[in-house]
Amino acid sequence: MKSIEELIKLRDSARKNINMRLNPGSIRIQIGMGTCGIAAGAKHVYQKFQEEIREHNLKNIILTPVGCMGECAFEPLVEILESNGNHTIYCQVSERVVEDIVEEHIIGGTPIEKFFLSAIKR
Amino acid sequence: MLERIHVIICGGEACSKQEAKDIKREFDRLLEQEGLTDEAKTVMTGCMGLCEYHPVVVMYPGEVLYHNITVEAVATIIEEHIKHGRIVEQYRIPEPFDRGKIKNISQLKFYKMQKRIALRNCGVINPLDISEYIARDGYFALAKVLREMDPKAVIDTMKRSGLRGRGGGGFPTGLKWEFAAKSVDDIKYVICNADEGDPGAFMDRAVLEGDPHSVLEAMAICGYAIGAHQGYIYVRAEYPVAVERLEIAIRQARELQLLGRNILGSHFDFDIELRLGAGAFVCGEETALIASIEGERGMPRNKPPFPAVRGLWGRPTNVNNVETFANVPVIFMKGADWFKNVGTAKSSGTKVFALGGKIMNTGLIEIPMGTTLREAIYDIGGGIPNKRKFKAVQTGGPSGGCITEKHLDTPIDFDNLVELGSMMGSGGMIVMDEDNCMVDVARFYLDFTVEESCGKCTPCREGTKRMLDILNRICEGKGTEEDLDVLERLGKMIQESSLCGLGQTAPNPVLSTLKHFRSEYEAHVYDKVCPAGVCAKLTTFTITEDCIGCTKCARNCPVGAIHGKVKELHHIDPALCIHCGACKVACPVNAISTKPVMKEEHTHV
Repeated sequence: MKSIEELIKLRDSARKNINMRLNPGSIRIQIGMGTCGIAAGAKHVYQKFQEEIREHNLKNIILTPVGCMGECAFEPLVEILESNGNHTIYCQVSERVVEDIVEEHIIGGTPIEKFFLSAIKR
Repeated sequence: MLERIHVIICGGEACSKQEAKDIKREFDRLLEQEGLTDEAKTVMTGCMGLCEYHPVVVMYPGEVLYHNITVEAVATIIEEHIKHGRIVEQYRIPEPFDRGKIKNISQLKFYKMQKRIALRNCGVINPLDISEYIARDGYFALAKVLREMDPKAVIDTMKRSGLRGRGGGGFPTGLKWEFAAKSVDDIKYVICNADEGDPGAFMDRAVLEGDPHSVLEAMAICGYAIGAHQGYIYVRAEYPVAVERLEIAIRQARELQLLGRNILGSHFDFDIELRLGAGAFVCGEETALIASIEGERGMPRNKPPFPAVRGLWGRPTNVNNVETFANVPVIFMKGADWFKNVGTAKSSGTKVFALGGKIMNTGLIEIPMGTTLREAIYDIGGGIPNKRKFKAVQTGGPSGGCITEKHLDTPIDFDNLVELGSMMGSGGMIVMDEDNCMVDVARFYLDFTVEESCGKCTPCREGTKRMLDILNRICEGKGTEEDLDVLERLGKMIQESSLCGLGQTAPNPVLSTLKHFRSEYEAHVYDKVCPAGVCAKLTTFTITEDCIGCTKCARNCPVGAIHGKVKELHHIDPALCIHCGACKVACPVNAISTKPVMKEEHTHV
């Protein structure tokens, strides 16, 4: 990269790629995968999401690892960002719960409140 | 999500949809007119459930909620909020949410009371993909510095921001950079100290794992400011995920030529390499760290000369901690004055703490300086589980001390914590409740420093060991009256006669618990009891009414001190009991009490 103009160009195209609001109907799934999350089983959760996405042949989904989200006591944490602006955080997600999230929330469109971070954390 | 500002307009069917449409149209029209369509985006959503405040508009980032908006109000919001970043108070709803309706994370108290600067990207971007970092204005601080500022202006900005070293010492970062910049040499170095060693602290790891590029960018800025072209990140090998992500980040930055020669066409060269440490605590001390990078044994050197004058391979070197670096790009993007306004007058910005111990929300929090300990522990951390009573909070790891209940309302900053006999340290915050024995806690930390002392200075090598011997003796009930005085005298002597921070601070946990919990030490020494029921030798084991008479304890007792019939309350014969604790482990209903039978005044300060 030889100039700031190139950097701006890269930023703008990168924003388009990951900007939910510019991609209607898309869903970004973020999995907290710091050492803390990995220790709590986030890698299995990540793999399970990969499998489920493949199995259901889902399109327009960005599955991405992110760093520590801070709530280490409630890991593994999964955050779902939707193009309508909804954010949902699921906590203590197991592989079994991944199936439910994919079927009910991502395909069915209904978030599962009992697994919300805000529901478990009182 | 990643434009500068998103305007979310509630377009629920329930209330006045037409009004919402008009408001959206007005936003779009004015944004177009102002040429702001690239920066701000309007989105109409379904019902937000805030119908009584309708029409409602939410501004991202910041989740600022405006209510009862009219078409006329739109111009004000664009002018004030979008163009100038000022919140329009007259339309704001004060706290409309009840907990039952909380859906969004940022409405949880845990997140709401935090201010994320160093952790701004942690948990938000994919750390393996440089483009996500760039999408959030990554490397723009570096671009700005290289294009618009000379090194002196960079240092002045850092000095004005008031950023102080987050590794523990709290030395002003701008001054440190200035010292290194003033040293004349062709070759200088920038080092990132990622040798995070305090038990219970993991904020640096979180930054490296969640947002490695922010550290790389800041190191390049530092290199430009002091005239260095090579940086090293000294990270412990026991952080394999951090090491891997750093390697990927450095590779990606080199591919885009954001590291390497002629960065962004500026004729400034800078590159970064990793150096893995074997996990010695003393290598967090900057001169020992430098020795370790040079391939020597990790031992501190005399200061002065400071590393800024003669550091790595005899060249001027600037060493900063990971979290310190993570703050730097934000200072240049948002301005030194913005940063200075966060936190307190003498400690600006935020601090990341790792909450641990007896606390509900174990985890990582970033709070503005000046937040009180009580807010951090109770409001963000969720308080102490199992309805236990708070006893103390330990900050600063093995170098810090304990802070008691009566100081909980102290605002957290560098100077206040030192005044309380503790220190900021790297940011571990271990909460202790009534079940923690303070003598045992002091012993734990001292045990750590005895292991980690490099052995160079006799007071640290031998003195800490002797202190540990005394503590072990006290915990076994063999403590004598003079032991407490010896502990104090030895502790002060070690503090005064050690070369580096490790020795100078190693006695802190003992001295501060002695100061605040002397009665607990005295209970161990004089009454031969451990008020918290932790030190087995000093604990009276008794069986409570909860006993179901299962006989497990009696069968597990190695000396046959427990008597009782099946399905009846059992008893322990104190004359035979050897305090081994086997009964407590065996009991299925937790009916073995370790609470000493003693006078109330000894249990609390």
